[in-house]
Amino acid sequence: MNMKASGKLQEILSKGEFAVTAECGPPRGANAEVVRKKGELLKGYVDAVNVTDNQTAIVRMSSIAACTHLLQMGLEPVMQMVVRDRNRIALQSDIMGAYSLGITNILCLSGDHQSFGSQPDALNVFDIDSMNLIRTVQTMREQGKDMSGFELNEPPAMFIGAAANPFADPFEYRVIRLAKKIDAGADFIQTQCIYNIDRFKEWMKMAREEGLTEKVHILGGVTPLKSAGMAKFMNNKVAGMDVPESLIKRIAGVPKEKAVKEGLKICQETIAQLRETKGVHGIHIMAIEWEEIVGEIVEGAGLTPRP
Amino acid sequence: MIVGEQKPISEIKEIIAPYKKILILGCGTCVKTCFAGGEDEVAVLASALRLACKKDGKEIEIEEFTVERQCEDEFIREGAPAISRNEGVLSLACGAGVQALARRFVKIPILPGVNTTFIGVLEKQGVFTEECSGCGDCMLAIFGGICPFTRCAKKLLNGPCGGSQNGKCEVNPETDCAWQLIIERLKILGQMDNLRAYVPPKNWQTGLSGGPRKLVREDHII
Repeated sequence: MNMKASGKLQEILSKGEFAVTAECGPPRGANAEVVRKKGELLKGYVDAVNVTDNQTAIVRMSSIAACTHLLQMGLEPVMQMVVRDRNRIALQSDIMGAYSLGITNILCLSGDHQSFGSQPDALNVFDIDSMNLIRTVQTMREQGKDMSGFELNEPPAMFIGAAANPFADPFEYRVIRLAKKIDAGADFIQTQCIYNIDRFKEWMKMAREEGLTEKVHILGGVTPLKSAGMAKFMNNKVAGMDVPESLIKRIAGVPKEKAVKEGLKICQETIAQLRETKGVHGIHIMAIEWEEIVGEIVEGAGLTPRP
Repeated sequence: MIVGEQKPISEIKEIIAPYKKILILGCGTCVKTCFAGGEDEVAVLASALRLACKKDGKEIEIEEFTVERQCEDEFIREGAPAISRNEGVLSLACGAGVQALARRFVKIPILPGVNTTFIGVLEKQGVFTEECSGCGDCMLAIFGGICPFTRCAKKLLNGPCGGSQNGKCEVNPETDCAWQLIIERLKILGQMDNLRAYVPPKNWQTGLSGGPRKLVREDHII
């Protein structure tokens, strides 16, 4: 892991401290105030804010622009970049552009398929895949070259993130894929939302056995559940999500007005377990359109003040 | 083979609306096998159109003919007399056949009656699946004979996305996850190491992104 990039997230992780990041979805419109408001809610509670790139294939303000708004308020962004909408020319160009604006973290993703979004008639690009994107960003940083081998006058030195889903199939392949992402250049990994902690731990064990936790910083993904309905929806309708039946029963077992509290309790228990899991170097909180709860979760977990 | 599907009759009626005398020209190769444009389909469509036009009070003369292959001049020639005596031709061939006819008969409108869908295989009677996108640079050797460019909705080269569950694709639960198939096959072949190797970005120049392709076989040119 080369240390040319220099952001707070990288610094915290390299020091061996437990990192906290949270997600921020840009608005469906051009109002920067929405981003700033979300930023305000997260300020002081997280080390970096992860900004989605047209998530669920719904057109939103660009990740680069929203990251820039956050930067201007003194927050460190992690720019998500999906390979669904741009070919390699546009991707490389945007990476350089983002770095020139002060963005030093990138999360390389495939992207949700356009058929799930609001414009399913769109053409997808997928010129390169997320693995290729990781390698591209790494080559830019380490060798100072673009994909054609052209020497860049100032290479973007991004801290590189990638995603991993310990709950998707085929399970035995998930660790191989993680290893591939690390070899391609991933510095940190953000996992899918963790509800099935046993399966997550099994995956972590496999990762440790392969020596992968020595090479990469794994941030466990958490999303607080608000209701039994949400738990069921996530389990049944969201691809690659695993909410155990026992958890659905648990949240369904409390009176409706107490479901949110129970969901937060589950979230805290998960965070506590993650902190005890060897090789987990931080958490990533994905409180979808519920940024105001992030502070409470981080404080509740005793993870404040942030360094 | 090339798989196609006949256009809905309502659309065909609109396409042929300006003409009073048309030829429905079938093709006896790929589209015959997938029940879209062989001799039988020509006959059925002609009867249906005659009836539909009669109901609408529209006079139309429909002639039927089928050639062995519409994408080759040698076979198209057999249809030349019938083509020449009609105002328009409704071709039930694939897009290549339609264009081969259009190239040869410049003054007669050649109309498509089939939507060409993909290069595929007959999975079972009446079921066809897409297997190849004609990318011009076949990599099936490392993927256990299963093409991820064609059969993964995200064209992933380096393993399955996070949406693969129970062997099915997140985009369509009726579609097998191509990567699940690749992994299972490589396991059987004892080639799991292929999965660990990084697959570099695909060179799309051999595909359609380089513009329409041409294959020249000098050794066959007389």
